[in-house]
Amino acid sequence: MQCRWLCAVALATVTSAATAQQDPQSELEQLKRRVEQLEKQQAPARTTGANAGTNAFNPDVSVILQGTAARSSQNPDDHQITGFAPTGGDVSPPRRGFSLGESELVIASNIDPYFRGQLVAALTPDDTVEVEEAFFQTLALGKGFTLKGGRFLSSIGYQNGIHQHAWDFQDAPLPYKAFLGGRLDDDAVQLKWVAPTDLLVELGAEAGRGRAFPATDPSRNGAGLWTLYGHVGGDIGESTAWRAGLSYLHASPTERPMDVGATFTGTSSLWIADFIAKWAPNGNASVTNLKVQGEYFRRNENGDLTFAGTPGGYDSRQSGWYAQTVYQFMPRWRVGYRYDRLSHGTLSSSLSAAQLPLLLTDYNPSRNTLMVDWTLSEFSRFRLQVAADKSRAGITDNQVLLQYVLSLGAHGAHTF
Amino acid sequence: MRQLLIAIVAFAALQAHAALNVVACEPEWGSLAKEIGGDKVNVYTAITALQDPHRVEARPSLIARARNADLMVCTGAQLEIGWAPLLQTQSGNSKIQTGQPGYFEAASVVSLIEKPTSIDRSMGDVHPAGNPHLHLDPRNIAAVAPALAERLASLDAPQAAYYKGRAQDFLARWKDATARWEKQAAPLKAMPVVVYHKDLSYLLNWLGMREAGALEPKPGIPPSTAHLSELLDQLKKAPAKAVVRSAYNDPRPADWLAGNAKIASVLVPYTVGGTDRAKDLFGLFDDTIDRLLMVAK
Repeated sequence: MQCRWLCAVALATVTSAATAQQDPQSELEQLKRRVEQLEKQQAPARTTGANAGTNAFNPDVSVILQGTAARSSQNPDDHQITGFAPTGGDVSPPRRGFSLGESELVIASNIDPYFRGQLVAALTPDDTVEVEEAFFQTLALGKGFTLKGGRFLSSIGYQNGIHQHAWDFQDAPLPYKAFLGGRLDDDAVQLKWVAPTDLLVELGAEAGRGRAFPATDPSRNGAGLWTLYGHVGGDIGESTAWRAGLSYLHASPTERPMDVGATFTGTSSLWIADFIAKWAPNGNASVTNLKVQGEYFRRNENGDLTFAGTPGGYDSRQSGWYAQTVYQFMPRWRVGYRYDRLSHGTLSSSLSAAQLPLLLTDYNPSRNTLMVDWTLSEFSRFRLQVAADKSRAGITDNQVLLQYVLSLGAHGAHTF
Repeated sequence: MRQLLIAIVAFAALQAHAALNVVACEPEWGSLAKEIGGDKVNVYTAITALQDPHRVEARPSLIARARNADLMVCTGAQLEIGWAPLLQTQSGNSKIQTGQPGYFEAASVVSLIEKPTSIDRSMGDVHPAGNPHLHLDPRNIAAVAPALAERLASLDAPQAAYYKGRAQDFLARWKDATARWEKQAAPLKAMPVVVYHKDLSYLLNWLGMREAGALEPKPGIPPSTAHLSELLDQLKKAPAKAVVRSAYNDPRPADWLAGNAKIASVLVPYTVGGTDRAKDLFGLFDDTIDRLLMVAK
């Protein structure tokens, strides 16, 4: 402000000297113009200045509130996927009655010109705090490279990297539950490279502690779990965008609980093929849009199975897949359908079916899920979901649930 | 495999000597980058005029383009908050990070209007820095052009004179055109119109038109039947000349209101590519003003 007047005065002196011959009217006009010009030059300083309050360096903070009201014909507490080793993760259907979901606190920001950091803390309905993500990632490596370190959702598959509140259904697909305990969320480092091509080609590798299923927190030097993944993706015309990927996960669990009293020690390797396509007329998703996604999982585990102190051999080849589609038929309203299925595959063990009733069966679990959701604004969503869950042999669990997902604070990211 | 490697190496070598790769977040900045950069830049525009700039996803093709960008030109002021930051972090491109010369925000050289004095999400998806749809005032384009030329020159020093020359040429033509538009648009002064979203505020502000309401009850909230009937009642008391919507807006609520209020429903291109005539920035304003003049009589 001061400069504005000082400059104006200075200019006035200069211009009046220079234009001493002109009449006062045009001189005044000229002065007005100069002051306007100066004001214009200062304008950017004013706009940026306005944003640089004491709050400006605070990271982006947001909170996700979630909750469900659920009914199910079977007790979710004794849920178990027949034929598949228990994963220990959060894989049961939602609790009956009213239940708070995970409340997530998300804090993210650039750290300096070289790093960005993000913390996602989940406050669970059981009054505990879980660190879901706490990682840094590089910004300055360039040449398509990004290094990430800390705890983060692994980039394998498609849905694994997406936070639960952004899923199209309230719970994870069956193969995620059976093969990853819901999701892979390890203490790890990740190196990712994006190729310099117009078609997206993204390759990555992760090495982690292996703190949870399918690994068993080995407490040893080096990595307890590692992954490799690649994604390709692009556009088809203006209306469709797609991405496909292939991922591999390797873990070496030690004495992992398998079934009543049995433990597994050996190697576990998992392949995931994933595909997602999104369509909207002219690429404008605001009125109608369609999303199709599917993933195929194939796991091979072999090693030793110990039951009541007796060791025995174990070799399993199991697979599973899901396919889902979500259609927004008018602003705010979407419907979706998902089918998931697990294939029990081949499982050979020196132990008998009587010793391992859960694992040694011929049953192939499956599930049908329908949902409709209502999105009032970008920050609030309500969902009705019904499912016929046949993950337990011979039993159909009919589930109905209502869910809310609300976000407060910083604007979320529109991840593909 | 060998062939692929050769292709990649050849591609990388080409990249090193070829023109600057510019990724424009919106068509208006793609068009401006072409005006100033001429054949020294390769411009890729992330979205079309038929897509809502607020609602874009960081889709794979955008990450791939951002990977190779020497310069990313966006509006800023949180317009692209849902997707531009993802392109920065997912692409592994150090050049286009915020604070680097390869990231340019038009809003950094323009004074924004409608800056809210207090901020709360109950007001809808408001932008704390002010209204980001700044390109519909040609005086803002005139402010952005020299800054963009400066940026291109600093990234590609050997061609500095070329960029500055083209910017000067553009600005001279732009100044003439702006004067012509202002003259043509004289009948639009004080004309009341209903808008869809607050994305035409700079246009209305520049031409002295009056906003008689918005179809969205709050910014970013889709029009509801209740709000539309309220608007209709309001229009019965204080009539407006037309309902004006941008090319990317849903036509149905605008047509419904216009039909019931017995006023015109006007589509404006909003940005380059929004209509056949809006082939570049000049065509954008030519067409916008002509379409509005049709209902001014």
